[in-house]
Amino acid sequence: MTQLLGDITTKIRSKNAGPYWITIDIFCGDTKRYNVVIDVLQNELIADCLQLPVTELRRYDMPELFAIKISFARPIVQGSAGDRDMHGAQYAVLIAQLEVA
Amino acid sequence: MTTKVLVPSGVLGLGFSERALAQGLQFKPDIICIDGGSTDSGPAYLGTGTTKYSRAICKAEWKLLMQARDTLGVPLVISSCGTCGTDSMVDWMLEITREIAEELQLHPKVVSLYTEQEPPQILAALNDRKVHGLEPAVPLNESIVNECSHIVALAGREQIMQAINAGADIVLAGRATDTAALCALPIANGEHEGAAWHGAKIAECGAFCTTNPSSGVVLLSVDQQGFTIQAIADDAFCTPHSVSAHMLYENANPHQLVEPGGTLDASNATYTAIDKQTVRVEGSSWTTAEQYTVKLEGARSRGFQTTILALIRDPHYVKNVHQWVDRLQAFLVAQLQTRLDIAPDQYTMEFRVIGSNATFGALETQSEVAAEVGVLGIVTSTTQALADDIMRFANPFVLHYPLTDDEPMPSFAFPYSPAETSRGEAFEFCLNHVMEIDDPMRVFRLEKEVL
Repeated sequence: MTQLLGDITTKIRSKNAGPYWITIDIFCGDTKRYNVVIDVLQNELIADCLQLPVTELRRYDMPELFAIKISFARPIVQGSAGDRDMHGAQYAVLIAQLEVA
Repeated sequence: MTTKVLVPSGVLGLGFSERALAQGLQFKPDIICIDGGSTDSGPAYLGTGTTKYSRAICKAEWKLLMQARDTLGVPLVISSCGTCGTDSMVDWMLEITREIAEELQLHPKVVSLYTEQEPPQILAALNDRKVHGLEPAVPLNESIVNECSHIVALAGREQIMQAINAGADIVLAGRATDTAALCALPIANGEHEGAAWHGAKIAECGAFCTTNPSSGVVLLSVDQQGFTIQAIADDAFCTPHSVSAHMLYENANPHQLVEPGGTLDASNATYTAIDKQTVRVEGSSWTTAEQYTVKLEGARSRGFQTTILALIRDPHYVKNVHQWVDRLQAFLVAQLQTRLDIAPDQYTMEFRVIGSNATFGALETQSEVAAEVGVLGIVTSTTQALADDIMRFANPFVLHYPLTDDEPMPSFAFPYSPAETSRGEAFEFCLNHVMEIDDPMRVFRLEKEVL
């Protein structure tokens, strides 16, 4: 059965970090799940999902928080023409839908 | 010593527990600080110099805080007044403060800190190479600066402290960094600088760093070794995880925070549970920058908008909605040109399909079709009259346009009348820069008044 990233993590949230950045926080809950996620969540997978060059991603792995942070410059500046999500709040759902198994 | 900062909520207007506020006052804080907003809700507020939050709720909450301040006799600070922190919003808070003072028969000394910048001042700094771009780079030139309807500089702790030192019972600050008001007094009192900035970052959203964000109230206590953060409501708890995770919130880099005058580094911080509601944090550091800078925010018009919303339940049209939208748009663009002589470069038009990919656009991966869809049309043009007229022209076609030439005319559901909505002026952010200043107060102004 297909497993989604959202199924094996405790919380995935996304938000503006100022008008020019989006940041996504992935909380795995414990070391075991963190290690599983670290293994499968390659930057290429995230970049593909966001349709961004992989070099655009800033990634912070935080084993002490069982968390992974992904930040990237907004493809469309917050509130500018074509922006669909003023707070960048739904990017988390795209990441949660990634198939991890 | 220890400096105690009571934070009633992440932002004025969002709500907090009155009982928790009363409990928080029992700890005899040295200062009460609350935020009035940020850029987070978009460029319209800075563009227009107006607030996102209801005046009535801001007044009701501010009244409770003014009463609390009066009981304790400590400073009360609001930063980023009225969402965007323009001069107009500082004056808006001053007007609310005056009304409450009269109603409660209070006579506080109010210091207003104005942070709005005039274009000539920014242009002079630009010419002197004192304005530097941040990542990602966005273009900046004289015409962009002149097109901004409002530009604000973000105050840091120095400017907030100047306002407090002017004898303020109440400080009404324009735009400031989220952390500035919270760390100003602790640092002035000689507490640990890294701890003060880190604690301010943790406490700036009120109870967001606890297990019960809606309870609002937290107490930040900063001393010369570190800080403690305490959830105040009975049903709110702070854990090392809830506290350390908040360093990630709305921050692109989870370890560092660049502020006016330097950078906080929290990568070596340790988080220790004291009890269920209290966490102790030590090990954060602060590095003073060689050059003092303040961040700039600016917004400019990008035209005027009119929208329309149609609801489609007809299964044939729901199934083929993207094809329908593409055909409709091509038809409208051609008709506007030939019948009204309105060229495509005079406006932008887009239709977003709610129930399909309105949120993600090309990033959407699901192809399931909902039972009904909404079609949201957005026209942006140079004047409101033109945007309205383009949408009025489109209106009957949004209602009746067929999928192909060979089928009968459909009719969809308009949820209200008129179907088109004038949205007014649309704005965009256009500065991602810092400005060098040698004296932190140089581009800020204080005004004092006893009510």
